[in-house]
Amino acid sequence: MADALSALFRRRGTKPWVGLALLAGVLLILPFMLAQAGTTWVRVTNLTILFALLALGLNIVVGFAGLLDLGYIAFYAVGAYAYALLASPHFGLHLPFWVILPMGALLACAAGVLLGAPTLKLRGDYLAIVTLGFGEIVRIFMNNLSQPFNVTNGPQGVTLIDPFRIGTFSFAKPETLLGLSFSGPIKYYYLLLVVMVVVIAVNLRLEDSRIGRAWMAIREDELAAKAVGIDTRNVKLLAFAMGASFGGIAGGMFAAMQGFVSPESFGLVESIMVLAMVVLGGMGNVWGVVLGAALLTFVPELLRHTVEPLQKGVLGRVVIEPEVIRMLLFGAALVLMMRFRPAGLFPSRARKREFAAGRGPEVP
Amino acid sequence: MDIFLQQLINGLTLGSVYAVVALGYTMVYGIIQLINFAHGEVVMIGGMVALWTIGALAGSAGLPPTVVVLAGVASAVPVCMLLGWSIERAAYRPLRGAPRLAPLITAIGISIILQNVALMIFSRNPLPFPQILPNPVFEVAGATISLVQIIIIATCLLLMGGLTLLVYRTRLGMAMRATSENPAVAGLMGIPIDRVISTTFVIGAGLGAVAGVLNGLYYGIVHYTFGAMLGLKAFCAAVLGGIGNMAGAMLGGILLGVVEALGTGYIGEMTDLCHVGFLSTALAERCARDGHVVLFGSNYQDVFAFLVLIVVLVFRPSGLLGERVSDRA
Amino acid sequence: MSTPLLDVLGVVKRFGGLTALAEVSLTIGRGEIYGLIGPNGAGKTTLFNVLTGLYVPDAGEVRLDDAPLPLKQPHRVVRAGVARTFQNIRLFANMTALENVMVGRHLRTRAGVFGAMLRTAATRAEEKAIAERAHALLHYVGVERHSNVIARNLSYGDQRRLEIARALATEPRLLALDEPAAGMNPTERLALGQLVGRIRADGTTVLLIEHDVKLVMGLCDRVAVLDYGKRIAEGAPREVQRDPAVIAAYLGVEAAHAA
Repeated sequence: MADALSALFRRRGTKPWVGLALLAGVLLILPFMLAQAGTTWVRVTNLTILFALLALGLNIVVGFAGLLDLGYIAFYAVGAYAYALLASPHFGLHLPFWVILPMGALLACAAGVLLGAPTLKLRGDYLAIVTLGFGEIVRIFMNNLSQPFNVTNGPQGVTLIDPFRIGTFSFAKPETLLGLSFSGPIKYYYLLLVVMVVVIAVNLRLEDSRIGRAWMAIREDELAAKAVGIDTRNVKLLAFAMGASFGGIAGGMFAAMQGFVSPESFGLVESIMVLAMVVLGGMGNVWGVVLGAALLTFVPELLRHTVEPLQKGVLGRVVIEPEVIRMLLFGAALVLMMRFRPAGLFPSRARKREFAAGRGPEVP
Repeated sequence: MDIFLQQLINGLTLGSVYAVVALGYTMVYGIIQLINFAHGEVVMIGGMVALWTIGALAGSAGLPPTVVVLAGVASAVPVCMLLGWSIERAAYRPLRGAPRLAPLITAIGISIILQNVALMIFSRNPLPFPQILPNPVFEVAGATISLVQIIIIATCLLLMGGLTLLVYRTRLGMAMRATSENPAVAGLMGIPIDRVISTTFVIGAGLGAVAGVLNGLYYGIVHYTFGAMLGLKAFCAAVLGGIGNMAGAMLGGILLGVVEALGTGYIGEMTDLCHVGFLSTALAERCARDGHVVLFGSNYQDVFAFLVLIVVLVFRPSGLLGERVSDRA
Repeated sequence: MSTPLLDVLGVVKRFGGLTALAEVSLTIGRGEIYGLIGPNGAGKTTLFNVLTGLYVPDAGEVRLDDAPLPLKQPHRVVRAGVARTFQNIRLFANMTALENVMVGRHLRTRAGVFGAMLRTAATRAEEKAIAERAHALLHYVGVERHSNVIARNLSYGDQRRLEIARALATEPRLLALDEPAAGMNPTERLALGQLVGRIRADGTTVLLIEHDVKLVMGLCDRVAVLDYGKRIAEGAPREVQRDPAVIAAYLGVEAAHAA
C-alpha cells in the first residue's frame, strides 16, 4: 500500500490521478467530519500531523542516513521556545510568525550542527547515547534557566503565546466562510496539511537525489562511502541539520497552536515516541512514517477515550491509567517490530532488503 | 566544614554505586557489543523489590535491622537475575546478527515497558525507602561520613573485588573473556557461548540489584524513574573508563561520582556573576542586594555526567583505560 | 618507465610493536599496470590502505602528480584521483547496481539539498547525466543487464566488476584494485584481465594486488615485491621472477640457493 502511495506521488500526470484526488478530497473534508465528534478530535488530528512532521524530520536522520538520534525532541524544543520567547508577553516581543519560524528552523539547525560536528564520527550506538544526553541537557536548561535571569520561566513554561496571524487574519479565532464555520483548530488543520504535503514532497525528493543516495551509502557501509569520495562527516552533518530544521519548524507550530510551552513536552519519552513512529512505519519509508505517526497518536487517544470508561464500568475504578497503556504500547511497538517486522509495517524497499540480509557490512 | 572533603566523600559514595552499575553495562558490552539500555531499569526494580521486602519485614517481628536489609538484598538479587536472564533471552538473543541498531531499539522498548510496569505495580509517586539501619555520623577532618556511606563504599569495593576474582580466576571468567575476545573462535573451542552470555547478563543484573538497594539506602527514596537516570550516568562512567573494560568501569564510576559531587559543590560559586559584578552597574546593584547572582546552581547536577560523556567521546572515544580501536579495511 | 604518476616515499606504518611497512618506496608510471605482490602478511593491503587514506602512515609521504596526497582524509584522496576496490568486496549491498555506481558519481557532481528540494533545472540535468554515466560504466564493465539488481544478489564476479565500475565513476587517475581476481574461475579471470587492460588503454593507471602469478605476469608492466613490510624487488615481471631475494621470500632461503 505504501509503495502504491509513493508511486502515486512520484508519477504525476498518469492514471493514479483518481486515487490522489480521492485522498485529497477526504483530507479536505476530514476536519468537518471530525468536528461532528467534537473539536477534541480535530485537535488530535492536528497533533497527529505535527508528530508526523517530527517523524519525517527524524526519518531523514534515522531512516535515510542510519544515525540513531535519541535526543531529537531537543530540536523541537528549540523551535518551540524560539517561537514562545519571541511572540509572547514573556519578553514583550511579538514578532510575526513568518519571521520566527525560519529563525527557529535556523536555530535548531545550528544546534544540530553544534551537536553533530564533534560527535558524528562516533559509532552508531555511542551517537545514540550522546544525543540522548544532549536532549537531557536541553531539558535541564529549559527547567533551570529562570535563574538568575528569567529566560525560560522554568518548569512553569511560557504562556499566552501568539497564534499565527497574517494582518488581521488570526488562526486562533473562529470564522465563517461560505456558510461553513471554521474553528481555530480547523484553520490550523489546513495550515498543517499544507506544511505536511510540502515536507513529504521534500522528503521524497531528498530520498531520490545525490545527497539522499550518499546518506543511504553511509547507512549501508560507511567505509565504502568514504572510499568513493563521500565526505561522510559533512554528509552526516547535513542529515542532522536537515532533521533538526524540520524539528525546529514543527516546534514553532506546536508553540503557536498550543499557546503554551513547558519543558514537560520535551522529555526523553517524547523523543522515543517519535522514534517509535519511525520504527513502526518503517525506517526510511516516507509514507510508512506518516502512517506510523498516525497510528501512535490516534490509537492511544482512542484508548484514552475507551479504556478509562471501560475500566470504570467493569472494575469500578481505573486500574491501568491510559498514559501507562500509551507508554506500554510504544515499548511493545519497538520490541515487537524489531523482533518480527524489523523493516517496519511499511518498509522502504532498501530497508526490507537490509533486514532480510541480517547484519549489514561492518568495519571488522 | 570543609566543602572539598565533604563533596569528595559524597562523590566517592555516589561513584561507587555508579561503578557497580557501570560494571553491568561494560560486561555486557564487552561480550556482545550491545548497550543494554534496560540495565538501569533492572537496578530500579532491584530497589523496588528490596523496598517491598524490607517494608514487609521491618514492621513485623523483632528482626535486627541488618538482617532485614540483607533479606531485602537477598530478595532483590534473584528477582533481578531472573529479569536480566529473561531480557537477554526474549529481547536480545533473537536479534543477534541483526543490524546493530535493532537490539538497541529493542533495549529502549524494554526499558520503557519495565518502567511502566513498575509504575503500575509500585506507584507513580516517590516511595520512602525505610531507613532502618542505625546511621551514626562520623567526623573526619572537618567533613562528615555516615555509616551508610561507609557500608555503600565497602560493599561496592567488595563486589568489584569479587567480580575481578571471578573473571580472572575462574573457568567461567576465562570463558567470558574468551567469548568477548572472539565469540566464533570461543565457540569452536567448545565454550557454550549462549550460556556464557546469559551468565554475563545474570551477573550484571545481580550487581545492579545490589546497587539499587544501596541507592535506596543512600537517598532514602525510590521512584520508578530513578533507574533511567542512574543507568545513563553509569553508562557515561563506563564510557569514561573505556567501555568493555572492567577496571575502566570501576575507575570511571568513581571518577564520575567525584566529578559530579565536586562540580555540584563548586559550580554555584564558580558561576557567581558577582565575581565580575564590576561589568555592569545593574549587576553590581543586584549583587549588593542579593549577595550572589549565580548563573548555574547545583540544580545542574545532572548535566555533568553528559558533559563528561561528550568530552570523552570527542577527545578519547576509547575511554581512559580502553584500547584504541582503529578502523581496518 | 613513462613519467611518474604516483610516488611512495619512505612510508612507515607500525601497529603496536609490529612494523607492517618499513620505509617502502616505489614509483608508478603514468599509464602503467603496476603489480604489487608478496607472500601473505607482507604488507600489501596495509600499503593500499595507506595510499587510499584509510591508514595514516607513521612516516613518509605519497605524491600524486608531484602533489602530496591528503592521506588523513580518504574522501580527499579519492578527490585527488586515487580510487580503490576492496579485497573483501564492499558494495552498498542493498542498493541496486545502478545506484552503487551513481553513488560513485557523488564526488564529481554538485547538487545540494536545496537543489534536490526544489528540483531545479540544473539538478534535473545533473541527475540525468549521473544516471547516463552510471549506465555507461555498467556497460563498460559488462554488468549492464543487471543494473536494477540489488548488489547483494549479483554473482561474485559481477560484484567485483560492479565495484570497479563504482571506483571508475569517481574519475580516478590511479585505480587501485585489491585482489580483483580472488575467487574467480579461469574464464572470469581472463575477462577481468581484458577489462583491466581496457581500463589502462583508456588512460587510467592501474595498481593491482594479486596472488595469481600468471595474471600478474601477463598483465603488469612492472611489479614490486613486498616481504615483511620491505620492498625487496621492483622491475619488469620477468626480471623480478628470477630475483633470488624474491624466490627466497616465496620459497624459503634454501630454495633460492638451489636455484
